[in-house]
Amino acid sequence: MGGGLPQFARPMNAAPISPVYHLTHPLPLDSGQVLEGAEIAYETYGILAPDAANAVLVCHALTGDQYLASPHPITGKPGWWERMVGPGKPIDTDRHFVICANVIGSCMGSTGPASPDPGAADGQPYAMRFPVITIRDMVRGLVALLDGLGIARLHAVVGGSMGGMQALSLAANWPERAARVLVIAATARHSAQNIAFHEVGRQAIMADPAWAQGHYYECDAKPDNGLAVARMAAHITYLSEAGLTEKFGRRLQDRPDGTKGAKSFGFDADFQVESYLRYQGSGFTRRFDANSYLYITRAMDYFDIAEEFADIPGGGKLADAFVGTQARFCIVSFDTDWLYPTAESRHVVHALNAAGAKVSFVELSAPHGHDSFLLEHDQLDRVVKGFID
Amino acid sequence: MLLHAPTTTFGLRPDLAAIAHNVMPGSRVLDIGCGDGSLMEVLETHKGCDARGMELDGTLVERCVARGLSVVQGDANTDLANYPDKAFDYAILSQTLQTATRPDLMLDELLRVGRRAFVSFPNFAHWRTRAALMFGGRMPVTRALPVSWYETDNIHHVTVEDFRDLARLKGARIERACFFSGGKQIGAPAANWRAEFAVFELSR
Repeated sequence: MGGGLPQFARPMNAAPISPVYHLTHPLPLDSGQVLEGAEIAYETYGILAPDAANAVLVCHALTGDQYLASPHPITGKPGWWERMVGPGKPIDTDRHFVICANVIGSCMGSTGPASPDPGAADGQPYAMRFPVITIRDMVRGLVALLDGLGIARLHAVVGGSMGGMQALSLAANWPERAARVLVIAATARHSAQNIAFHEVGRQAIMADPAWAQGHYYECDAKPDNGLAVARMAAHITYLSEAGLTEKFGRRLQDRPDGTKGAKSFGFDADFQVESYLRYQGSGFTRRFDANSYLYITRAMDYFDIAEEFADIPGGGKLADAFVGTQARFCIVSFDTDWLYPTAESRHVVHALNAAGAKVSFVELSAPHGHDSFLLEHDQLDRVVKGFID
Repeated sequence: MLLHAPTTTFGLRPDLAAIAHNVMPGSRVLDIGCGDGSLMEVLETHKGCDARGMELDGTLVERCVARGLSVVQGDANTDLANYPDKAFDYAILSQTLQTATRPDLMLDELLRVGRRAFVSFPNFAHWRTRAALMFGGRMPVTRALPVSWYETDNIHHVTVEDFRDLARLKGARIERACFFSGGKQIGAPAANWRAEFAVFELSR
């Protein structure tokens, strides 16, 4: 294919799956390696204006995907941010062309450890041969997609959690590519506590005998137990203590035979909260690849924007990443989010102030911890709408 | 020297209208305690300013963001420290000085982040306030200070003369001032008796 024209195709597996953009060049990575023949699966909503000025890129979180406002092909559940994105919604697809792409390293159609390794003679999946990637590498992939779609400058880039990290990374490394940057419940660096929780998850996966050093793709047994435990541990960090207490308290789970819940004096899921976590864990294994979980959590742990700018003269402060930016920023945190607490958002805001950037910041009150950004919240809706419009 | 009397109020409170009228067009402005962003909006729309705001109340911040303004939820007592020196042409503190933990330190910060500062406050030496205290023997509740002592945010009441003293102590030059009573601008003579509200423009 000459002329650098984008190639669009649909993958051969499962039916209702997203269009895929084939990168026209090898994707350089922060590790120094390159990713050959990378593919990015994406969904779009709305219509791109003739001048391509109405595009909004929404970046997904760790276990998210491109099914932002359309049903998930595996779970059949509504898109993960359908309450925020759609006709007449705060991110209004009647006005904006909204793009959401699966990040590289993930497993919903974009190149990741489960994809065939072009360097392998037998066409086997990469598994652990997949290069370790960073948040900036993910964004580099997204920027390539924007090039392919003919979008020089986004009306806005939006993201919550790891999506917010991508939005910040785009603003820092490709400052001319977005006019507005909306960062919700995110951080500019992973803390020791963040890394610690991720390490628990990774160790759970790698301790599962079925993980088999990552080479489980041909096997019947997948490291589902390890992946489920990783998800259970992570899920706790997405909720608040008060939220858990309100939802479950110490209430006991009814038995499978329909009898009233009682302590079993054994290790069944006696408590509702146990039952809930087990359900979350096992449900997750049906839609997510364990190796992708290793790679993406690694990328998040490596994330520290200030460090990326430490090599420039006098650099190393977060503000250095944003000097001269013309974008408008809006940073939102939640008061019960202990994964990426308000202090982390304030740290970003102070850096943006020091860099002279146009920045808004609001800490919203919500009972549900980190996950609040995905849930019903009128104030968040108004902030998002006000900022995007 | 008196601040120029506003030719239009832009629908603003009198002290804010006076500030809006006297800000140089096209300047960079930080509005501390910006409320719902009314002043910022006028400065951006009518004066071509690059306005930023700081506000403690999240509900008001949300309204500002919805208006397309750049406002940071923060506490002026602590968060001004994050702005570089002389980042703004003007730092504006309207009817917030008397709520500060340390008004003297806040004044220092205003004149550090802004080349100039506008400060407006209710004058505790207005004759109504004096009369309420003298004849009533109770903490004044007046139209300028409508909230009872036990629930007011005003923890450091200040008079026009007190403010002049503080400015002198801090080496701040009073460039201009104006005074209001009953929503109308009044002259400088006997302002400490007659003014319900005062607006000062300072530099250092």
